[in-house]
Amino acid sequence: MTSAATKSKASHLIPGATGDWEVVIGLEVHAQVASNAKLFSGSSTAFGAEPNSHVSLVDAAMPGMLPVINKECVAQAIRTGLGLKSQINLRSIFDRKNYFYPDLPQGYQISQFKHPIVGEGEIEIDADGEALMVGVERLHLEQDAGKSLHDQHPDYSYVDLNRSGVALMEIVSKPDMRSSKQAQAYVTKLRTILRYLGTCDGDMEKGNLRADVNVSVRKPGSPLGTRCEIKNVNSIRFIGQAIEVEARRQIDILEAGGKIDQETRLYDSARGETRSMRSKEEAHDYRYFPDPDLLPLEFSQNYVDQLKASLPELPDEKRARFVKDYGLSTYDAAVLVAERTSADYFEAVAKGRDGKLAANWVNNELFGRLNKQDLDIADSPMSAAQLGAIVDLIASNAISGKIAKDLFEIVWSEGGDPAQIVETRGMKQVTDTGAIEKAVDDIIAANPDKVEQAKAKPSMLGWFVGQVMKSTGGKANPAVVNDVLRAKLGL
Amino acid sequence: MTDLTKFSLAEARDGLAKKSFSARELTDAFITAIEASNGALNAYVLPTPEHARAQAAESDKRIAAGTARALEGLPLGNKDLFATKGIRTTACSKILDDFKPPYESTVGQNLWDAGAVMLGKLNNDEFAMGSSNETSAFGNVVSPWRRLGRDGKRSTDKLVPGGSSGGSSAAVSANLCLAATATDTGGSIRQPAALTGTVGIKPTYGRCSRWGIVAFASSLDQAGPITKTVRDAAIMLKAMASHDPKDTTSVDAPVPDYEAALGKGVKGLRVGIPKEYRVDGMSAEIQKLWDDGIAWLKAAGATIHDISLPHTKYALPAYYIVAPAEASSNLARYDGMRYGMRVTGSNLTDTYELTRAAGFGREVRRRILIGTYVLSAGYYDAYYLKAQKVRTLIKRDFDEAWNFVDVVLTPTTPSPAFAFGEKSGDPLAMYLEDIFTVTVNMAGLPGMSVPAGLSSQGTPLGLQLIGKPFDETTLFQTAQVIEDAAGRFPVPDRWWMKG
Repeated sequence: MTSAATKSKASHLIPGATGDWEVVIGLEVHAQVASNAKLFSGSSTAFGAEPNSHVSLVDAAMPGMLPVINKECVAQAIRTGLGLKSQINLRSIFDRKNYFYPDLPQGYQISQFKHPIVGEGEIEIDADGEALMVGVERLHLEQDAGKSLHDQHPDYSYVDLNRSGVALMEIVSKPDMRSSKQAQAYVTKLRTILRYLGTCDGDMEKGNLRADVNVSVRKPGSPLGTRCEIKNVNSIRFIGQAIEVEARRQIDILEAGGKIDQETRLYDSARGETRSMRSKEEAHDYRYFPDPDLLPLEFSQNYVDQLKASLPELPDEKRARFVKDYGLSTYDAAVLVAERTSADYFEAVAKGRDGKLAANWVNNELFGRLNKQDLDIADSPMSAAQLGAIVDLIASNAISGKIAKDLFEIVWSEGGDPAQIVETRGMKQVTDTGAIEKAVDDIIAANPDKVEQAKAKPSMLGWFVGQVMKSTGGKANPAVVNDVLRAKLGL
Repeated sequence: MTDLTKFSLAEARDGLAKKSFSARELTDAFITAIEASNGALNAYVLPTPEHARAQAAESDKRIAAGTARALEGLPLGNKDLFATKGIRTTACSKILDDFKPPYESTVGQNLWDAGAVMLGKLNNDEFAMGSSNETSAFGNVVSPWRRLGRDGKRSTDKLVPGGSSGGSSAAVSANLCLAATATDTGGSIRQPAALTGTVGIKPTYGRCSRWGIVAFASSLDQAGPITKTVRDAAIMLKAMASHDPKDTTSVDAPVPDYEAALGKGVKGLRVGIPKEYRVDGMSAEIQKLWDDGIAWLKAAGATIHDISLPHTKYALPAYYIVAPAEASSNLARYDGMRYGMRVTGSNLTDTYELTRAAGFGREVRRRILIGTYVLSAGYYDAYYLKAQKVRTLIKRDFDEAWNFVDVVLTPTTPSPAFAFGEKSGDPLAMYLEDIFTVTVNMAGLPGMSVPAGLSSQGTPLGLQLIGKPFDETTLFQTAQVIEDAAGRFPVPDRWWMKG
């Protein structure tokens, strides 16, 4: 698949009064590391606890407290780097990013500035059928800040430090994207990879995955324009909207003869606009310097190799395998691998069965039903074994496709063993020619006028098939019914 | 009755073991002495007599039961930079107000676990920034030492006890504790020890845990003791040092029995004399002190070697970039939000500014400004990065020297104790106090000051020994030889005692 992917062909131009414009997008994604404890303290990272109940002396920056690196967070960053096919740096350095804010107890954030743990890599995305490689610039580990609560008291702001010190991975892309769709596909794909790896749960509603979006516009072939950074966009839909409105804003300014100021902006989803947060002149001087409380972070290639050996199969490889082993279309395979749980479900259904048939039932019936009830596949009332049994009954001609849909409904709402249900409720497809012949004879005898019409107009056959199916409760094998009818009607 | 406070730590330990006196009696003697002296000397910012008596009672039980630990019943002073659980800890800054930590520093815990008794919290320069103990929010510490006038009488002019561990050096020399904890970022153990006739050792960076010690400059800060004798320093450091998983810069290396190494002498030891320490304008008495030290070690069988540490002259300016840079960041947490003082302003920025302006003293503010400046965009490379390069070169100088020598001998300070106000108006003159000591912190090496003589004014002078990384043992061995030759330097008169 990789060979098909290319750099964006700049074929996503936005029309303006002075001609077409190209939008250039880079993303900084902040992904919360899936770990039980924080990056430099033993406090829990559990979501939704009482404010300030997961705060250690280190998180609250008490005098004389020191950070101690959480090895699991390091392992998670390495796994992520490997999943993004990136350079893993065996030596990296933690720096302090200094600024004052009440939700930042230390007065600095421990981050990685000059020497991140993960270097260059790439992510393959597919946007509107176009396969594209997006470069990853770097990934570094850093602490999250606490949360300021401004709505709790008329005169005061409160601070909840539960998040303070939670490990984040900041994943910085290269400015390789040329449309909002591509940016959305990038975040979607990145999220899928993180969830496969188990290094971030990707829950954007909880703020566990959020993006800073860098947007600039230019005339095709011109040098890069001045960029604006839209901070903390927390849904894939908003990322798309923010890019669209920001690109339009910049184009309008440029076409009116103005110039773009480099600045940090916020996306207001209610108003559908971006607003200035602070200009370049107001930008902080973070006074980065190596954190003297922490030694350089060093590990061996052997350690990296061990982590690599235990990585799960990633979505790109899984998709390729589904196409190859189960004969699926690239599209069907891509739908199935978007979530590891659905891919696993599919494989459990497909194992030892017709892969295409299994994919159809998972992608269409199961996903359709799950979506309708807004259920996650993990909460599906129907197990892979049950759906597999239904597929078996179809494959062995025991039931027709139509009956299978009824059976699906029964198993979905009532549960039980599909084969047994078919047996006890008499849903088995009738392939016994004798029984079908009798049913056909009865219909012919009762409708001599229709028989005459059919002789003149063979397409009337369909009416007869419907009648036979009706009289057999849908259980007659439609192919056999057709054959018998043709013979008896002399068509 | 014997004055129990005059004992060295080792002598008191032996007395307790022989049951010549009880831990409670020993502790009470110090509590009485502190009550009688502290008004004049201001060595303690918070005496904790009740806490001390409770610990002493526990020690007496243990001694009676035959389960005494290494420092059982020995009363110590604890620098206010060390967090003490439930006991006010301020780093002698207004900004911490009446902060009572819910935790004990690792070094402190090690001492209390060894049975030591805490008499109280000792004064120091605010956030350990100073060389005279004139920057403390609790006021100056007065040295028990006074200059000898031409008439042979002691002057009544008040002298500084050195800094930043001025409370520690004053308390130990004035017999207000058997020994004291201290910290050293650029000389804060060794310089006050030299100025008060006491022994002070700053161990190798990483030997003691920094956990629970209010940070000044993280890459330079180390805890160590100030004591009356070299033996006491060996006993104290053994108890203070440990590998601590809570401080990743602490080193997982065994802590030797330093006391056992005392008396081994220096026969065959190679002693380096760095020519760069013969600074312009060095006084004749400092030169003589140094020569005496050389002579004593030579007489004891050591060999003397001239060495060069070529980047020494850059150490002080580089130190005064690195240390303030780290401090500017370390002190950002004192923002009035979670603990300590807060001066509420009309908005957030206002609150920050008012709180920090009111909470920090002049010298601390100066260093925060210097540190912020040298880390700023556009200045980082010229200052901070260059200073770090200098630091590497200083380390390399020593690495090279260790090919030829086992220990380096220098004076500890360029001059004896000075009077209040003599240098406090001129920060550069004050910073020059650290000229012989900062290289040791910059290179992360162990350094020790041993009293070696008196100035023409009758005040103490110290010699500094610098060792290889984690080779404190050689420092103790060598220091013992100097102490044996020079003798001890108790304060001649206890003028400060009431009545």
